[in-house]
Amino acid sequence: MGIKILTEHINVPGIETLEVYRKHGGYRSVEKAIKTMTPEEVVEEVKTSGLRGRGGAGFPAGMKWSFLAKPEGVPRYLVCNADESEPGTFKDRVFMEKNPHALIEGMITSSYALGANTSYIYIRGELLFVLRILEKAIAEAYAAGLLGKNILGSGYDLDLHVAPGGGAYICGEETALLESLEGKRGNPRNKPPFPAVKGLFQSPTVVNNVETIASVPWIVNNSGAEYAKIGIGRSTGTKLISASGNINRPGVYEIDLGVPVEEFIYSDEYCGGIWKGKQLKAVVPGGSSVPILPADLILKTAAGEQRLMTYESLSDGGFVSGSMLGSGAFIVFDEDQCIVRNTWNYARFYHHESCGQCSPCREGTGWMERVLHRIEHGHGHQQDIDLLVSVAKQIEGNTICPLGDAAAWPVASAIRHFREEFEWHIKHPQEATAPGAVYRGQLAAATV
Amino acid sequence: MAKITFDGIEVEVEDGTTILQAARKIGGDVVPPAMCFYTPLKGSGGKCRVCLVKVTQGSARDPRPMPKLVASCITPVQDGMVVENTTNEEVLNARKGIVEMLLINHPLDCPVCDQAGECDLQNLSYEHGVSATRYEEPRRTFDKVDLGPYIQLHMTRCILCYRCVYTADQITEKRVHGVLGRGDAAEIGTYIENVIDNDFSGNVIDVCPVGALTDKTWRFKNRVWFTKPMNAHRDCPTCSGKVTLWGRGDTVLRVTARKDEYAEVEEFICNTCRFDKKEMSDWTIEGPRHIDRGSVISANHYELPVVNVPIVPNLPKSTVKKMPTE
Repeated sequence: MGIKILTEHINVPGIETLEVYRKHGGYRSVEKAIKTMTPEEVVEEVKTSGLRGRGGAGFPAGMKWSFLAKPEGVPRYLVCNADESEPGTFKDRVFMEKNPHALIEGMITSSYALGANTSYIYIRGELLFVLRILEKAIAEAYAAGLLGKNILGSGYDLDLHVAPGGGAYICGEETALLESLEGKRGNPRNKPPFPAVKGLFQSPTVVNNVETIASVPWIVNNSGAEYAKIGIGRSTGTKLISASGNINRPGVYEIDLGVPVEEFIYSDEYCGGIWKGKQLKAVVPGGSSVPILPADLILKTAAGEQRLMTYESLSDGGFVSGSMLGSGAFIVFDEDQCIVRNTWNYARFYHHESCGQCSPCREGTGWMERVLHRIEHGHGHQQDIDLLVSVAKQIEGNTICPLGDAAAWPVASAIRHFREEFEWHIKHPQEATAPGAVYRGQLAAATV
Repeated sequence: MAKITFDGIEVEVEDGTTILQAARKIGGDVVPPAMCFYTPLKGSGGKCRVCLVKVTQGSARDPRPMPKLVASCITPVQDGMVVENTTNEEVLNARKGIVEMLLINHPLDCPVCDQAGECDLQNLSYEHGVSATRYEEPRRTFDKVDLGPYIQLHMTRCILCYRCVYTADQITEKRVHGVLGRGDAAEIGTYIENVIDNDFSGNVIDVCPVGALTDKTWRFKNRVWFTKPMNAHRDCPTCSGKVTLWGRGDTVLRVTARKDEYAEVEEFICNTCRFDKKEMSDWTIEGPRHIDRGSVISANHYELPVVNVPIVPNLPKSTVKKMPTE
């Protein structure tokens, strides 16, 4: 079992109160950073740590921080992206619900590093109960002098606000989030300018995921070099994985980056194997938007190497035979799951969540959903498969924000790896639409 | 100043100019089409994606190509940038794909649409569209809505370019319409059933690239290619009073702002000029309006239906007819 950075005290009774949290070493990083370090030193530690954005893209957090423009007389903002709404992802919710002070501590330390005097936590609208937990914790922190004017007598001021979204997936995209936070319609902005130059209220802004910000206190307490020792290569530190699907022990696990995928699925410490001892069919390793991989390619790369839970290893082979770590939503499918139905389900989600601003995504997501609906319900034509590939290609890379890519990748990858299953659905509509019917031909071929 | 190479043509423009504007400086066939970008409207652009181009060299300092196709209407030029538009297969294929997307939910009711003949989407699909559709499902439809006494909204035709939203934001005091809903269910609406009522509301008709917003005083009166465009002006207390009249004989059928070859208005006009002054006696006629846009109006009464004879210089391609050779 690896080191627990984020979840060490998560199950301590009463950890959501300031008193218990401080008893377990809480807010040490705030004192250390504000009293003994300059903001630049904190940024430097985060850079050394190699911490990468945990929201999905995996962009180095320290680098993102150092891009922040610092013009005179203009406020800077730190915004925490807690709009976790990718299907399969639930790590941030569990984390904030159980240990709200850990996020607040991260927000204070990070805001200090960035020189922000006002920071926001933008939380998903459905998580109103978590918002109340956070607000309670923030009130405690204000009362203890950890927030507000002159924090710990240092002369540094910080106001922390929690803002709920309206429940739109698109508002997890950072510029749409900023628009929404400003009170506008949550449409992603055209880039450039990037938020680091013109973000919230046209001021330089850093947007980070909950998990990224919550990792900062440990880095400040134990140094970035210590953090960099955990993990493999450029994938440093620990990562929360939301494991779901047909596994024995679904839940949120904190892993050292670098755990083999096979161990993660079958070890009793983590997922505990496939439910009811069934056969593994496919895995979506990073949330619904990343490409799906069949059993053989998720356990081993195309080159025959063992696949590890790292940013690099999971994307080995590009989109031909690889996927992405994404936000760490590990969705496991056993032999009884229908890939066509699942792909349709994802397509339906992206159709519903497209903001409708740019044309390829607005029209294309709906088109894909309708075609997949047709195939799933036994009305597909043979040319529909190529049509889907073509539509996905027309969307991918041509949109303002990554939602278009996120909608196109699952469809394209499902067809790439499970084409036979799609063909079977089209050729045998009656069998395929029977309740519980699943194509097993490809599975049998894979095991031989 | 920045020097860029666009489709092999070198052009020098001010720093901060967008790629699209640089291409327009060159002019002609290399200019990428634009459905949502509108020069007079700040913040417009980036939405329709038909102006995508390939940047094969980012700048002289950093010659790496840009990884994705970029929207030329919002991407600023860098000195030494090399851009490919019509010379790049990838760009043309992507554009074809996007035009297909724009058309899958468009009713294609050009025969009964007032915009036909001067419609950006019509021109775009002639040039980049495909002849058959691969879309089998029912298209999205909406009921027609009256936005006050002068404007009708036919949302079914809308391509959600947001131009009318920016227009209301920037040239009128109060915006009552906006985009409601999400994805392909998004629609332009006045929440709820409001009337757009201000002196400059009529300009949303001019900026609309398709027939979604139409002038109720002109609807179904005539086809644009049967009408004669004339430059005219009047002494107007609210706007500049410089307009284009579209008439037949002595009847003024409609009044619009003067638009350039990219359908962008020179000056926005007020509702009085647009909707109320429909008599020849209201106006001082300056002379025929030369229409530069690649559309059927270009081949109107002031330009002879020329058969490959360059009597009129720089005649748009669409007017060149193919005649059987003897």
